[in-house]
Amino acid sequence: MLYFIEQCLNGAQLGMLLFLLAAGLTLVFGIMDLVNLAHGSLYMLGAYFAATFAVLTGSFVLAVILAVAASLIAGMVLEVVAIRRLYERGHLDQVLGTFGLLLFFNELVRLVWGPAGMTLVLPHQMLAAVQIMPGVYYPVYRLVIILVALAVAALLYFVVMRTRLGMLIRAGASNREMIGALGINIKLLYTLVFGLGAALAGFAGVMQAPILTVQIGMGENILILAFVVIIIGGIGSIRGAFVAAIVVGLIDTLGRAFLPDMLHHILSTNAAATLGPALSSMSIYILMAAILVFRPEGLFPAAGR
Amino acid sequence: MTASAHPSLDARPESLLAPRTVLTGALLAVLALLPLYAMLSGNSFALTLFTRVLILAIGAVSLNLIMGYGGMVSFGHAAYLGIGGYAVGILAKEGVGSGLVQWPVAIAVSALYALVVGALSLRTRGVYFIMITLAFAQMIYYVAIGLDRYGGDDGLTIYRRSQFGGVIDLNNKTLFYYLCFALLLASIYLVARIVNSRFGLVIQGARSNDRRMRAIGFPTFRYKLVCFVIAGALCGLAGALLANQTNFISPALMHWTRSGDLIVMAVLGGLGSLFGPLIGAVAFLLLEEGLSRVTEYPDLILGPILLLVAIYVHGGIDGLLAGRRNG
Repeated sequence: MLYFIEQCLNGAQLGMLLFLLAAGLTLVFGIMDLVNLAHGSLYMLGAYFAATFAVLTGSFVLAVILAVAASLIAGMVLEVVAIRRLYERGHLDQVLGTFGLLLFFNELVRLVWGPAGMTLVLPHQMLAAVQIMPGVYYPVYRLVIILVALAVAALLYFVVMRTRLGMLIRAGASNREMIGALGINIKLLYTLVFGLGAALAGFAGVMQAPILTVQIGMGENILILAFVVIIIGGIGSIRGAFVAAIVVGLIDTLGRAFLPDMLHHILSTNAAATLGPALSSMSIYILMAAILVFRPEGLFPAAGR
Repeated sequence: MTASAHPSLDARPESLLAPRTVLTGALLAVLALLPLYAMLSGNSFALTLFTRVLILAIGAVSLNLIMGYGGMVSFGHAAYLGIGGYAVGILAKEGVGSGLVQWPVAIAVSALYALVVGALSLRTRGVYFIMITLAFAQMIYYVAIGLDRYGGDDGLTIYRRSQFGGVIDLNNKTLFYYLCFALLLASIYLVARIVNSRFGLVIQGARSNDRRMRAIGFPTFRYKLVCFVIAGALCGLAGALLANQTNFISPALMHWTRSGDLIVMAVLGGLGSLFGPLIGAVAFLLLEEGLSRVTEYPDLILGPILLLVAIYVHGGIDGLLAGRRNG
C-alpha cells in the first residue's frame, strides 16, 4: 500500500512534467497550426542552460530562473528566424523543417557543451525525504516538482482565461484572420506564444535535469509521450492536455510498477518475465488506441477544429 | 493535406530528352554499373554504402505510395524496417535460416502490424494521423527494447544471412547488391502499376477530396487501409534486406528519428513521383556521408538544409528537374 502511494506520486510527477511539455505543443498547434518536432530540443536546451547557469552562479534557484528566461528568448529567436516561415506551409513541410531543426540543435549542443552529458546538482535541502503520511517518505524535490508544476498550470490557466493576452490567444485559436483584421499585431502574438511554449518546455527540462542526466537527445523520447498526451487530450486543448498528462503519467508509472507482478498471478513465471516489461511499456499506447476507437478527436476536442 | 501535385494524373507526355528523364536514366545507369566500378577500383565501401541506399530507397518507395499518392503522412515507417529485421533475426536465432521462410514471415508480420495500425489511425486525419503513426512506432520500439531474449537494448547479431538453398548466396556482395537493385526496380514497378490502376485512382481521389469520393460511392477507408498494408509489407521486405546487410538489428533501427529520415528521403526526392524516393535516398545518404567526411558536425549543415527545403522547395528534387514551380 505504501509502495502504491509512492508510485502514485511518481506518476503524478511524470504527469506534471508531461503537462508542461504538452501545454506548449498544444498551444502552438492550436494557435499557429504548427507541428513542432523541435519542441523536445527546447526541453533539452532548458536542461543544458540550467546546468550551465548552476555552475556559473552557484545557486540552484537562480539557475532555474535564468534557464527559463533563456529558453523563452531562445524560443522567440527561433520563431523569428525560422519557425515563422513554416506557418504557411503544410504539415508535412513543417515536419520536415522542424526535423531539420532537431538535428541542428542536437549537433549544436554537441559543439557547445561536448558529447558528454552534464549533471545538475540539487541543493542539499532538496535531497532529503519528508514524511507525507505515517511511514511514507518521499523525496522533497519530487514534491516540489509536483507543486511548482501545478502552480504553473494554474498560472497558465489564469493567463489564458483571465488576461488580455490570453483573450488574444484564444481569439487567435478560433479565427486568426479576424484578429489580424481587428488590428492586433499577429506576428508579435505568434512570437510571444511560441516563446511561452519554449519557456514551458525549457522549464520541464530544468525540473527534470537533476533527476536524469542532461544529455543530447534527452528530449526525443519524451516528446513522443507528449504527443500521446495531446492526442488523448484533444489537440489544441490545454484542459485536455492537463487531464491526459496526469492519466498517462499515472498509467505509465503504475503499469511499470505493478503489471509484471500481476502477470505472475495469471501466467507462468517465464512468460510473465518476458511479457511483463513489454506489455507495461505498451500500456499507454493501448490506452491511446482505445480512446481513438471511441473518440477519434480526443477527450476534449478543441472547438472549431 | 499538403500533397499538391498530381503527376500521375498529369497527361502531358514528357520528351525523352527532358532533363528529368535524362538524369533519372543516368542515375539508373550509374547504379547498374556501380559494382563494376567497385570491383575495378577495389572500393568495396562504395558497394556497401550503395546497397544501403538501395534498401532504404525501397522503404522510401513504400512511404511514397501512401504519403505521395495517398496523402497519408505516416511517421512510423521505421517500425516496418524493424519488424522485418527482427523477423529475420529472431528466426535466425531460433534456428530457421531459410530465406524462403524468413522473408515471407517478415512481410506477413509487417502487413499484419500495418493492418492493425492502419485500422486505428485511418479513423483520423491530418496531424492526428502523423502523431498516431508516430506513437505506435514508438510502442514497437519499446517492445523491442523489452525483448531480453533477443538482446533487448543492445540488439541482436545475425550470424548467418538468409539461406536460399545454395542457389543465391547473400554473402556475395555484388550478388546481394543486384538483388536489392532488382527488388527496388520491382517495387517501383509495383507502385507504378498500383497508381495507374482503378484502385490507385481511388486512392489519389481520396487524397484530393475524401468526402467527395465517399459521396460517389467508394468506401475510401477500405481502399486506404489496403494501400497502407501494401506499403507496410513492402517496407517489411526492406527491413529483412537491411538485417541481412548489416548482420545486426537493434531497437535503434526503429527510433522515431529513423522514420524522420525516411520522410526526408521521400520528400527530398519528390512526393508522388515514381523515381523521386530513389533520387531522395541517393541525395540524402550521399549528403550525410559527404558532410560527415568534411566536418565533425554534419547535422549542423544538414539540419538547416532540410529547413530550407521545407520552406522554399516544392515538389522535391524531382519537381525541380521537371521544372514544376509551386507544384
